[in-house]
Amino acid sequence: MTDTILAITLVWIFVVIYAVAASFDFGAGFWSMVYVNRIDTKATSIANRYLSPSWEVVNVFIVLIVVGLVTFFPGATYTLGTVLLIPGSLILLLILIRSAFMVFSHLVRKYDKTLAFFSGISGLFIPALLILVLPLTQGGFIQTIDGVERLDWGALLTSPHVYAYVGLAVSSTLFLSSLLLADYSRVANAQQAFRVYRRDAILIGPLTLLAAVLTVVTMKTEASWLYERLLAYLPWLIASVAWFLVGYIALLIPPEQKRLAYAPRLAVVGVIIQYLLASYAYGAARLPYIVYPTVTIESGFTHPNTFRALFVSYLVGFAILIPGFVFFWRMFMKDEQYIQQK
Amino acid sequence: MDDLVLARATFGTTMAFHIIFATLGVGLPLMILLAEILFQRTRDRDYELMAKRWTKGQAILLGVAIPSGTIAGVQLSLLWPGFMEVVGKVISLPFQIEIFAFFLEALFMSIYVYAADRLTPLMRLVSVFMILLGAAASAVLITNVHAFEGTPAGFRIENGEVVDVDPWAAFFNPSFFVTAGHVVVSAFMTGAFAIASVAAWKMIKSDQESREYAFHQKALLLGLIVGGSFSLLTALNGHESAQLLHRYQPEKLAAAEGLFQTQAYAPLAVGGFTDPETQEVKYGIEIPWMLSFLAGNRFDEVVVGLNDFPREYWPPLYIHTLFNGMVGIGSLLIVVGLLGFAWKKLLRRSVFPRWVLGIFVLSGPLALLGIEFGWIFACTGRQPWVIYRVMRTADSVTQSAGIGPLFFTFLAVYLFLGIVTILVFRSYFGRHPLELHPTDRPSGETAP
Repeated sequence: MTDTILAITLVWIFVVIYAVAASFDFGAGFWSMVYVNRIDTKATSIANRYLSPSWEVVNVFIVLIVVGLVTFFPGATYTLGTVLLIPGSLILLLILIRSAFMVFSHLVRKYDKTLAFFSGISGLFIPALLILVLPLTQGGFIQTIDGVERLDWGALLTSPHVYAYVGLAVSSTLFLSSLLLADYSRVANAQQAFRVYRRDAILIGPLTLLAAVLTVVTMKTEASWLYERLLAYLPWLIASVAWFLVGYIALLIPPEQKRLAYAPRLAVVGVIIQYLLASYAYGAARLPYIVYPTVTIESGFTHPNTFRALFVSYLVGFAILIPGFVFFWRMFMKDEQYIQQK
Repeated sequence: MDDLVLARATFGTTMAFHIIFATLGVGLPLMILLAEILFQRTRDRDYELMAKRWTKGQAILLGVAIPSGTIAGVQLSLLWPGFMEVVGKVISLPFQIEIFAFFLEALFMSIYVYAADRLTPLMRLVSVFMILLGAAASAVLITNVHAFEGTPAGFRIENGEVVDVDPWAAFFNPSFFVTAGHVVVSAFMTGAFAIASVAAWKMIKSDQESREYAFHQKALLLGLIVGGSFSLLTALNGHESAQLLHRYQPEKLAAAEGLFQTQAYAPLAVGGFTDPETQEVKYGIEIPWMLSFLAGNRFDEVVVGLNDFPREYWPPLYIHTLFNGMVGIGSLLIVVGLLGFAWKKLLRRSVFPRWVLGIFVLSGPLALLGIEFGWIFACTGRQPWVIYRVMRTADSVTQSAGIGPLFFTFLAVYLFLGIVTILVFRSYFGRHPLELHPTDRPSGETAP
């Protein structure tokens, strides 16, 4: 494994972790808004109980991705920074407003509903904007005028491929989060919330698959280089669909079956494996391009001395932090006293 | 306005906004930790309550500090891609390590806020300490990059290519320790005075015989003693910082002092405005020989003046005022801290007169103002360079058009959030008034 492959693998792992964790996070914000008036189901309080301690930690990952990309591949910064100025700034503003209101709504009950609205709506818009980074860097949306790279908004807004991606991002956010919250409600013994979230997951699941297929189909015309490379990873994609089916069937098992009480957990795990496999296929097919066709992982790579120092700091840093993560997990995700709020 | 000015305005606004929350976010955990320690040593439940209420305040501030810090980090790449390319190749270590500090703070903040009642006393202390460690380390590491911009090290640029990279030499650049120390001790100072401000305000509004008054007086004294001590450390360290400028960035010191002619026995100009036409500081007070002494610990030290540098490399001359503002506020705060300490501990008076309390109320906002002056001085004083004598700010700015609307959008959102933050503070603490334990011993005494 070369240094460049090692570096891009690390960055991609961060991207995938963030994509999954942020889907839980943003989706939970959305559901918390949707069910705010249905106090009887406890659906909102379950969502908030998951969301309150976790959003700060998830938020750190987006910084981790940007820092990882800039530090490992500074050569990509110029193009990415220039092209993403406007969409990137929009994402930042939404994250700022959302995070602020997350904290505020925890402290000030009076404005619960207004604040829940802000975090719910931004929970849908942020993933929709974030996903734009993928089609933008697949080529075709960057014009070079007078030696300056610019984003071609006309092409961006009229591209079916882009909308397919947006659909994929939004539906995945809702699917992953409703699935996770269903499992979380099960642990919390909140029967009604469990039924609500299970129903949502069953409804949205097929939509995510449809959006994924549309994304690949539109890719054929708009980024044919990537489409052809992606086909080389067809077995991975098929395995991904298979895991979706495993997860979805586990979800369809009637919840009254006592022997199969852990089926929702299986559904969560199956669907996460589905996304991991698909992410691997997409990421591997894209190599070596960070921005097609101008920036590759080789052309953008940092100085080798810096890479070595960075890599050591990653190893040391995560070795120190992992006990913290484990402690955090035990406090909020496994502690029954917290989850059930006895 | 051209794009460079707009880009600087956008980033400057982000930083000016973020710094308020970041500085308090570093300073408050120290106060929370001290209150927790005092509670566990004295069993005086007032301190437990202080820790609890200050943590709520910290949580509100973090709600803005974390996302605005995220913005600052990402905006660096969006607005200054040329700069970030060098950063990525040479000085990426502090950014990288800062992420871990950031994680540490976020993890333990969540644990301390949402699981406080399930923690043992020892784990509570450990959690607050981890928050403090994470916050202070973040400040140190981001200041590392700032120090590198002023005293770059660990690389050369040859034909536009970055060569001979030594990331650790860049990390331990000449001004790192002094500059980072300055940021951290001044943040501790600011956090403490912010506490003192609120406590003094509450004392003015409550009855001198009441339990509330006694409670706030404990907080006030803690704030004044910690704030006064750290303002003294800030000043000592500030002296080091000035000597560092003398050695590594002489034109910045010259502009800060409005010194045009290179000379031994150089005077220190206090106040006034620098006039480039007559080459003097107008309406200021000159202390003879003092600048030479401050720069080199001897009166015949030769201090370089602005005329030794090409005019295009002069920093803006208004930094003289910013420099004076920063130093003036810092000195004033030392006096304020001493005053509180002396009144209570040396003169042993039990209550403060209202006008003294009024001064204490001003100390927190003043400290923050000093922080703003200091940062604006440090960053505009480096202009026209983004990396001193290596890369000009103008050469690192984004080529994208359309920064104008972004600037106003960000400005509006910061204003909005600033107002909302104040409203949330008022609303939360308005509806959660101080609930003291009536069975506890009254003011002054501490339980055995």
